[in-house]
Amino acid sequence: MIRKYTISIFTENFIGLLNRITIIFTRRHINIESLTVSESEVKGVHRYTFVVKSEEEKVKKLVKQIEKLVDVLKAFYYTNEETVFQEIALYKVSTAGLKEGRNFERLIREHHARMLTVEAEFVVIEKTGHKEETQELLRQLQPFGVLEFARSGRVAVTKPMKRLSSYLKEMEEDQLQLT
Amino acid sequence: MQTLTKPVGLELEQAQMMTGAEAVIQSLLAEGVDTVFGYPGGAIMPVYDALYDYQHFLNHVLVRHEQGGIHAAQGYARVSGKVGVCFATSGPGATNLITGLADAMIDSNPLVCITGQVASHLLGTDAFQETDVVGVSMPVTKWNCQVTKAEDIPAAIAKAFFIARSGRPGPVLIDITKDAQFGKLAFHYEPCQLVRSYVPKVKLDLEQVQRAAELINNAKKPFLLVGQGVIISQAERELLQLVEKAGIPFAWTLMGLSAVPTDHELGMGMLGMHGNYAPNVKTNECDILIAVGMRFDDRVTGDVSKYAKQAKVIHIEIDPAEIDKNIKADVPVVADAKEALQALVEMVHPNDHSAWVNEFHEKRAIEVEKVITQDLFPQKEGLTMGEVIRRVSDHLNGDGILVTDVGQHQMVASRYFQFKKSRSNVTSGGLGTMGFALPAALGAKLGSPDREVVAVIGDGGFQMTLQELATIFQTQAAVKIIILNNNFLGMVRQWQQLFFEKRYSFTEMTNPDFIKISEAYGIPATKVTLREDLDKGVEALLSSDGPFLLEVVVEKEDNVFPMVPSGASVSDIRLE
Repeated sequence: MIRKYTISIFTENFIGLLNRITIIFTRRHINIESLTVSESEVKGVHRYTFVVKSEEEKVKKLVKQIEKLVDVLKAFYYTNEETVFQEIALYKVSTAGLKEGRNFERLIREHHARMLTVEAEFVVIEKTGHKEETQELLRQLQPFGVLEFARSGRVAVTKPMKRLSSYLKEMEEDQLQLT
Repeated sequence: MQTLTKPVGLELEQAQMMTGAEAVIQSLLAEGVDTVFGYPGGAIMPVYDALYDYQHFLNHVLVRHEQGGIHAAQGYARVSGKVGVCFATSGPGATNLITGLADAMIDSNPLVCITGQVASHLLGTDAFQETDVVGVSMPVTKWNCQVTKAEDIPAAIAKAFFIARSGRPGPVLIDITKDAQFGKLAFHYEPCQLVRSYVPKVKLDLEQVQRAAELINNAKKPFLLVGQGVIISQAERELLQLVEKAGIPFAWTLMGLSAVPTDHELGMGMLGMHGNYAPNVKTNECDILIAVGMRFDDRVTGDVSKYAKQAKVIHIEIDPAEIDKNIKADVPVVADAKEALQALVEMVHPNDHSAWVNEFHEKRAIEVEKVITQDLFPQKEGLTMGEVIRRVSDHLNGDGILVTDVGQHQMVASRYFQFKKSRSNVTSGGLGTMGFALPAALGAKLGSPDREVVAVIGDGGFQMTLQELATIFQTQAAVKIIILNNNFLGMVRQWQQLFFEKRYSFTEMTNPDFIKISEAYGIPATKVTLREDLDKGVEALLSSDGPFLLEVVVEKEDNVFPMVPSGASVSDIRLE
């Protein structure tokens, strides 16, 4: 069954590592729906969040190949239900469109969006939420004249309580038996 | 801190100032490297200049093409168990390594390749001989990195060696910019023992081993597959202890060849597309399938949906990504083969499965009658590859190292060469790289100088890297080269015959005079076309002190059987 999966990857911060990771997707013909990279709660450890649409069997193998990379600490995959996630969207809307009497204010309120800036020719609105939510606001803003739209990749934290630091500790124990 | 060697009795003091180029050499010496295969060029000239002072400590072999260099390093690594090392310059030098990297990656050969790179201020400017070699080699290296500062060189090389040889081995590439080679550093070498993000092998899970032992103890028809992992982890003895104690018949993959003596009474031959009849058929009849250090390559499994479906599968493998990749394991044991087998031997009960073993022998008899007799004792006029291989093998009496290229001769040699010692088979298994054997044989000879090294090569593959005859001549490495010449790309022709209605599209070769070529390179050679001259030819080959080339003209359109047709089940193996 094809579903959306969130893949969380914890890595060292080295040049070129993103390339090493993405070629694993490419080789298996798995399209990347979204991607976000930032530092994690552990200093020096970077967190990649990929979203893919695929079958669990494929994703499981993909994640094993990613974790095999020397500079990757750990890699996991989750269903939507196992994560809490958000995306952020920015909408640049023409001010000319606002004058036409539609209820712009109610739209902003209902969507829990907020206005970031007002310029002479446009306003910029921000909304965070799931893709369906940011997409819905886009749809409803279209009549006003959307000049630009940008949506971030997914950021996600997981519901399972095991922490990265405890995984790192387990890895250390495996490594100690070698030395 | 290890003792380092400095030319002519100079003791290297700690933290001595030197150039990055010299640090490359010192780092290699600190890792115990004695042989490097390489080819100089602009961006690696500082390293070669430093090498000039170290010629008595480090044997540099000047190959004739970088691909030859890396295949030689592979051959060296495969027979010695040590890390193979090669040098190449930037741009085309580095890209010429790619085939060898891919080959080493898929066959798990430990390599450290050092490439020169343009000066760091020129990176990204399309400078002369600049290629993004780190980017290009990413999918075909276990790890790679670029070094742009002299002081980072020793640590990068230490990490490279640790990664190349630990866990599931593989090729590592270090790209060093020219300014880093010229730069100065206070040299200090610390071998790498730990990379935080990298777990080469996990702790053995004894519960899983116990589950495996229970399956084996209750098995009626157990069958064990020997992969290269047995050789890499030096588990040959433990493997024999296990099969002998529990009475388990076994077979080997192409890469597992020579891990156990070919004539072992429980040894049932080779698996796979051109393997033996019995082990392929019996794979689909066993009740417990124990795979050790192998990855269920498609050439071994055929159609996976019809592979050992009746059996419970125990998969002992160091690389967790191989578990369930192609074949689902009922009992996965993620471990070094040696550790796992040591534990397993203790837990299995002594057993005997002679009725089951006899079933293999019955199948074997069919193969002997329908295939092997015709291959080894042909009635027809033309020579067969099989009789040539067996003649050579008999002369060597199980003591030689066999290096094969890719194609029909490879399969025939793997089927009929007799092995007594481990690390005696060098071939391009996963990648199927034509042109592999000649340079790999040179590397094998340098890695194992006391043993006879025989390279068996087809007429097609030989012409892909024949320039390495010059390297063999220059080093006088006593490589014994056999060209099995059928004036065809035989394996492709066989497929064209069987699956493409004999449409022999571009597989027939009008070949040069191989004897003249060999002699032009200073290597004595002889050609055999008649059966009665074969013994004399083989004797000339093997009695020669230096390198020698024997060309044997074999039957033009022979096929290799048995054969599991592509996409068929292993039990649908064809005998003719």
